[in-house]
Amino acid sequence: MATYRPEGIDDAFVGPGDADGGSGGPGSPDTSGTPRDPGSPDTPGGPGDGVVLPRLGVLGWLRWTWRQLTSMRVALLLLMLLAVAAVPGSVLPQRPQDPARVAEYLADNPTLGEWLDRLGAFDVYASVWFSAIYLLLFVSLVGCIVPRTSVHLRGLRARPPRTPRRFDRFPAQAALETTSSPERVAQVATDALRGRWRRLPRFRVDVCPEAAGTTVAAERGYLRESGNLVFHLALLGLLVSVGTGQFLHYRGQAIVLQGRGFANAVVGYDTFESGTGFDPASLEPFSLTLDGFTAEFDPQTLASRYFRADVTVREADGSQRADSIRVNHPLTAGGAKVYLQGNGYAPEVTVRDAAGEVAFAGPVPFLPQDEVYTSRGVIKVPDVSTGPQIGMVGFLLPTALESAPGLWRSVHPLPGDPLLVLSVWSGDLGLDDGVPQNVYQLDEAGLEQAVDADGGTVTLYVRPGETVTLPDGLGSLTYDSTLRFVALDLRHDPTLPFVLVFSLLALGGLALSLFTPRRRVWLRAVPGPDGRTHVTGAALARGDDVGLQRELDAVMAAVAQDGAAVDRSDGLASPGTGGDSSTQGPDHTQHAATRPRGAR
Amino acid sequence: MTPAELGDLSTNLVWAAATVYTVALVAYTLDLAALAERVPRTRRAVAARPAARPGVAGGTLVADRAPTGTVGTVGTGGTVGTAGAGEARRRSRARGIARSTTALGLVLHVLAVVLRGLAAQRTPWANMYEFTLVGTLVAVVVLAVVLRGRDLPFLGVLVSGFTVLALALGLLVFYIRADGVQPALDSYWLVIHVGVAITSTGVFMVAAAASVLQLLRDSRDHGSAALAGNRWRWLEAVPRPTELEALSFRLNAVGFVLWTFTLIAGAIWAEHAWGRYWGWDPKEVWTFVIWTVYAAYLHARTTRGWGGRRAAWFVVVGFACVIANFTLVNLFFSGLHSYSGLSTGS
Ligand code: HEM
Repeated sequence: MATYRPEGIDDAFVGPGDADGGSGGPGSPDTSGTPRDPGSPDTPGGPGDGVVLPRLGVLGWLRWTWRQLTSMRVALLLLMLLAVAAVPGSVLPQRPQDPARVAEYLADNPTLGEWLDRLGAFDVYASVWFSAIYLLLFVSLVGCIVPRTSVHLRGLRARPPRTPRRFDRFPAQAALETTSSPERVAQVATDALRGRWRRLPRFRVDVCPEAAGTTVAAERGYLRESGNLVFHLALLGLLVSVGTGQFLHYRGQAIVLQGRGFANAVVGYDTFESGTGFDPASLEPFSLTLDGFTAEFDPQTLASRYFRADVTVREADGSQRADSIRVNHPLTAGGAKVYLQGNGYAPEVTVRDAAGEVAFAGPVPFLPQDEVYTSRGVIKVPDVSTGPQIGMVGFLLPTALESAPGLWRSVHPLPGDPLLVLSVWSGDLGLDDGVPQNVYQLDEAGLEQAVDADGGTVTLYVRPGETVTLPDGLGSLTYDSTLRFVALDLRHDPTLPFVLVFSLLALGGLALSLFTPRRRVWLRAVPGPDGRTHVTGAALARGDDVGLQRELDAVMAAVAQDGAAVDRSDGLASPGTGGDSSTQGPDHTQHAATRPRGAR
Repeated sequence: MTPAELGDLSTNLVWAAATVYTVALVAYTLDLAALAERVPRTRRAVAARPAARPGVAGGTLVADRAPTGTVGTVGTGGTVGTAGAGEARRRSRARGIARSTTALGLVLHVLAVVLRGLAAQRTPWANMYEFTLVGTLVAVVVLAVVLRGRDLPFLGVLVSGFTVLALALGLLVFYIRADGVQPALDSYWLVIHVGVAITSTGVFMVAAAASVLQLLRDSRDHGSAALAGNRWRWLEAVPRPTELEALSFRLNAVGFVLWTFTLIAGAIWAEHAWGRYWGWDPKEVWTFVIWTVYAAYLHARTTRGWGGRRAAWFVVVGFACVIANFTLVNLFFSGLHSYSGLSTGS
């Protein structure tokens, strides 16, 4: 059988079996374990004979590098490196996942942080070194897998390797004597090896007459290598699919208030990010309205138990339907999936300025900070008709309880007794200088906090329906009602089916490769001088294989049984037991009990 | 019974199982000690053995000059020989106790898990306490399967010892009362993904124990000074390193396929729950790291110069990563997978 072996592979299977005459005929690649170089210039292709020497040098060097890169040892090294390189990303905060914590880390460790940042430690999985490792690994994979695949495709049609002359080097051996003729032994062994299903033979079997007798050569488990190749190729497919997904995907996040909607357009999202291959015009213009929201909590622990957002979806073609989004149950709309990522409360407030004009009116989402929905938010009022701009920052407590004088906290995530607790700032909100601002943060640079007569900061407490006067004559604030909001995440990645298919192919190939026994079995039946047939057998497996001896024993048992049956039909008494299972080799052959007593 | 009572009963059963496993641990240790006492004689007995099992079809005798790749019936090492009847009796008694206590422990353990599920009215593997419970259960089941027909008390010592430790840790540190789960966990993927993850952890555990044994025996065979003493004499009675490597490999192969499935199922679930199949969350990172380490192990086994001892170290490192993934990552790294059920600071 033709063999391609990556440099440095340790494989007893290919060794003895092939060395003893198995290795394929002319034109088969070398068996020295040196891979041919599929990707590298194998033949000096350039013209100009004059520069042969230096070119050979470069070529030799290239070839050496390629051989190293596609060797098992380098593959192993790269795998180890990959494992080690992935770890820092779980220890240090990562920018794509949590930019705020990265900033915090940088503030806490200015010197070390700066160095780490330069090394890409805060975005490990996009860093040059991490990418280099896995790309090299996959280059190595291609270099390894392509020649192996072509060799395997040819090998799939190959015959089992010829029967070796000597059996004494094989891990599984057996011997017996029988009265059946060598040809009959070969026939019985062939049937036993092929198994019951003619169309799906377990073993591929060759019977070869020899000068001295007959041999049977059999091999099973070609699927082992197929599985291995499918696995490695599927990894490649997976990488390509994931990469393509990165290129084509888009994802947007939007906060949607109860009773309001959002439209699927880039401007409709609070944040939007996409791959370079994404075309904004490809967004399907569906829209979605949040009709209601249901939340359930464990009555004792207050841990969340159930969330459901009821929505109305209007597709681009004008059709309309009611649907719901739950955690683990995204909604499909406009070719994308919509996920329920979060929820919270938005107090609806009206702010009047010093002149009594309505300067702001509407709901303001407050982001929940803990299990009882203590929510933090900012109310910015830039459009005052007179006086300074107003900013208010503080908390919404869905069910407020005064645990100590002046100390309020939330005791339940549901809005049983909501309370807004705000501090008031005035001055310049900094919205006009063109720098984009976080809507959940107040830029305090141009602002001044309101204080009371004693110099203490002013805190407002407002319940729904109440109106409070703002300090320093800034105006007033009315807390009208409490609305729900949901945070939706919309995502489209056309490569998902490919990612799934390649993953499953990898899994299947892996299982096939790890659980398929690859075995070779040889039998030799030689007529002895006493008219009896001496049968010896040997078997070899790929890797560790506890079932190897059993496999050989089963064939020998079939042969022995057939011999016994022949004997019986001859009218001779015979105990007829199975084959011998010693590994002591032919020298110590223990004769099977098919020897007719006292006969011949 | 109310769910709370069921939950309490389950907890008591876990305590009982842990106690019974402790007895098993002692019995395995006594068995091991008796095995060690017999070593000099056993060695002679083994040397004189090849004719001991004539004509057993299907059985395998391992020749001393085993060619590479041979796998014999693991663990026939110390079982034959007529000398030392006293030790033999002691051994068989110790082994009998170890076997029956392991079986009893398993019964209690299974009951505890079932009751836990009834008390919480869901699949009983949704927080760290329950992971510990089910993971150790799988490990003991695998141990029982591996020990059928194999004489490896050392494996029993390691696995039962580990199980007792883990259960105690679970009861004392990770315990939370049986309860429902947060919406993100309310999915059939909890059954599939987490169930398979825990199963592979249990399988990896036993495989790691076999590799440790392989490393110890190999070191002694190669004249390690630390393992030369009499205290380590029992190592002579365990199977040869190649056989232990084969046992470890077969378990690891199963574990690795299950782990690959865990990875894929996790990605599918993440796609459902979080809207992305992969996001380098700490738990995902470590699942990937573990996968890569075991992939490296499978490569190492077939790379010239990296088989045997070196490959065994990969198994040890791999299992250390599994444990780190379960403890460190659950408790100290913040991420989306914060499902320990324990509140930790943040
Ligand atoms: C992305 C990188 C790779 C991963 C994750 C990986 C993973 C694996 C795994 C899990 C196995 C064992 C399962 C099986 O037999 O199918 C395996 C086997 C194998 N791999 Fe890779 N591999 C990678 C790259 C490579 C490269 C670059 C080479 C070539 C140098 C290679 C050559 C092999 C060979 C020859 C085997 C079979 C070993 C045997 O005979 O059992 N692999 N690989």
